[in-house]
Amino acid sequence: MLEITDLHARAAGKPILKGIDLVVRPGEVHAIMGPNGSGKSTLANALAGRPDVEVTAGDMRLVGTSLIGLAPEERAHLGLFLAFQYPVEIPGVSNMEFLKAAVDSHNKALERDELSAASFVALVREAASRLHLAPEFLRRGVNAGFSGGEKKRNEILQMLLLEPRLAVLDETDSGLDIDALRTVASGVNAFASEANAVLLITHYQRLLDHITPDFVHVLLDGRIARTGDKSLAHALEADGYARLAESGT
Amino acid sequence: MAEGNDTLQERLSSEYSAGFVTDIESETLPPGLDEDTVRHISAKKEEPRWMTDWRLQAYRRWRTMHPPRWAHVQFPPIDFQAISYFSAPKGDRPKSLEEVDPEILSTYEKLGIPLHEQEALAGVERPRVAVDAVFDSVSVATTFRETLREAGVVFCSIADAVREYPELVRKYLGSVVPRADNFYAALNSAVFSDGSFVYIPKHTRCPMELSTYFRINAQNTGQFERTLIIADEGAYVSYLEGCTAPMRDENQLHAAVVELVALDDAEIKYSTVQNWFPGDAEGRGGIYNFVTKRGACLGARSKISWTQVETGSAITWKYPSVVLRGDGSTGEFYSVALTNNRQQADTGTKMLHIGRNTKSTIISKGISAGQSQNSYRGRVRMNPAATGARNYTQCDSLLIGDRCGAHTFPFIESRIPSAIVEHEATTSKVNEDQLFLCQQRGIDPEKAISMIVNGFCKEVFRQLPMEFAVEAGKLLEVSLEGAVG
Ligand SMILES: Nc1ncnc2c1ncn2[C@@H]1O[C@H](COP(=O)(O)OP(=O)(O)OP(=O)(O)O)[C@@H](O)[C@H]1O
Ligand SMILES: [Mg+2]
Repeated sequence: MLEITDLHARAAGKPILKGIDLVVRPGEVHAIMGPNGSGKSTLANALAGRPDVEVTAGDMRLVGTSLIGLAPEERAHLGLFLAFQYPVEIPGVSNMEFLKAAVDSHNKALERDELSAASFVALVREAASRLHLAPEFLRRGVNAGFSGGEKKRNEILQMLLLEPRLAVLDETDSGLDIDALRTVASGVNAFASEANAVLLITHYQRLLDHITPDFVHVLLDGRIARTGDKSLAHALEADGYARLAESGT
Repeated sequence: MAEGNDTLQERLSSEYSAGFVTDIESETLPPGLDEDTVRHISAKKEEPRWMTDWRLQAYRRWRTMHPPRWAHVQFPPIDFQAISYFSAPKGDRPKSLEEVDPEILSTYEKLGIPLHEQEALAGVERPRVAVDAVFDSVSVATTFRETLREAGVVFCSIADAVREYPELVRKYLGSVVPRADNFYAALNSAVFSDGSFVYIPKHTRCPMELSTYFRINAQNTGQFERTLIIADEGAYVSYLEGCTAPMRDENQLHAAVVELVALDDAEIKYSTVQNWFPGDAEGRGGIYNFVTKRGACLGARSKISWTQVETGSAITWKYPSVVLRGDGSTGEFYSVALTNNRQQADTGTKMLHIGRNTKSTIISKGISAGQSQNSYRGRVRMNPAATGARNYTQCDSLLIGDRCGAHTFPFIESRIPSAIVEHEATTSKVNEDQLFLCQQRGIDPEKAISMIVNGFCKEVFRQLPMEFAVEAGKLLEVSLEGAVG
């Protein structure tokens, strides 16, 4: 599904990713943990093609296609989805209109038929109610005045509608209350299948109680310092990153 | 981010699609302005003596006046003697559509304006729109005149009105915008060449939208049209105005005057989609759009509503205003002003509350891109007698990139404690993060920008007649073509 080899990237001229290797196969859930500033979001942004992250070496392949040089929307059409750590607001553009444009763009790029307005609205309503987002949120501007938790649920709503191959969720659990965390986790679990894969960036073990990862990676200073199964997350929760750094990489 | 903004700027380029020149023979006065020029224009129009005198008085006042300097725009002084004040397609004035030069007709066709009555009638779902088309200085065709006449509505060129409805013209011309109101209004009063005249009789709802299209074709000519719309008691009319000009390297002057008069319980809705040539990316050429638009709510419970979508012109200086004289009258101003490249716009409104319980609403949306400057200038005045008056003003600015500017100059003068004046202003930016979000969701940057800008303008577009709203949306899209990435 996803193959990252020796990826180096800079942000604002500063090297942040210093040789990342990662293979994600269909049906797998990978968690990426690591201290603040270790490069987790930068990795997500490099995958999605954010203009201010410059890939200087290495490769990233999604279903066999290199992402290097592709525009962000082309990567999206290939099946890459990024739930943002800090979702931005677009006032004036209704959530519904935004979702329609997003889904239409995918259908167009993949030469699928456009959904009728009625069936689209029904689809969105259904997905929104699964995430306990009231219909009112569909009429409001994209993320405009949404609470932190509402924004995160709105990201998951977009994921459910776009049905990506690879979903990268950047700290989608941060700022969620306990109920919302469960709602989001069950949304992700319902989405995850043998046909797709999930990359979860998180600081907390508690998300991994709801979504069981197949692998846990620890990112330290732009490199994957340790890979293990979910017990690694427990160890981190108990000992912190400092210990891991000391124990040598 | 700075780097990101550069890519954003690079994509900011637009093609002006109405910039072609029509090859017709025209009769153009040599550049220059003196009393003889004024007399000549008046004679060309076969005007009665009172009209010639009216013009001459305006001219004499104009000579003592100076161009306004307070607007937030910059341009070299205009040499008013280097402009030609009259240009008309050669030959006699066409009496009917069949007599209109086919070249002119095809120009309007290229611009997407259905001039042929048949054509307009053919589209079953198309609402019928009567069109008065002004080509350079003269009105070339007025469609649906007969249908309108049956309803008692008068819709003709101002030149015809001067001859055929002298009482109405004498009573109302200059009654809302006096000849010496400002420098450009005085100039217009002296040399106005054509424009439209509308009279809606008592208790009549105009059976169709009325529309004028202005087109500047000839080189070095100024366009000075004059529009006068009178809605008698209980009458209603919706009026649309559109404008284009060819691309030329030198600047051209457009100094129009529009006067609206609403009597008791009358309502006038005036919508403009202005797409004059904005000049090229370096700021060469383009129209100087110095326009005076004002409506008078003379009657009780009357209502005047201005809606404008301004995307063109090198410089826009324009403040459609309402004088709220009648008790319980309402004034509205809904505006979208978009500037790109090196365009400059200083636009806004004045709401003058004189009558009791008068209401006004101002919704202004300014969008600046490229290196343009976009200013909102508004004045709300509550006179001492205007008890119970209220105003609501909302000014929003949207910046695309970081080399443009948005400014708001709201002036509020309230001389009565009972008046309610509310003012809200916001400034926002289309930023790289929003674009990246859209792109990550598969939406290409151009579509994303147009979605964001259209969303920003929604409240104003809602005020436009359906067809115009679609056109305005498309126009924004074209004006921002390749805008961002
Ligand atoms: N556009 C940028 N300009 C300057 N520095 C950047 C930029 N993007 C990332 N960085 C820097 O790169 C480093 C890694 O940032 P990143 O956001 O990837 O960390 P993170 O692991 O996601 O941290 P957190 O857990 O706090 O979200 C930080 O030092 C950050 O300041
Ligand atoms: Mg992060």
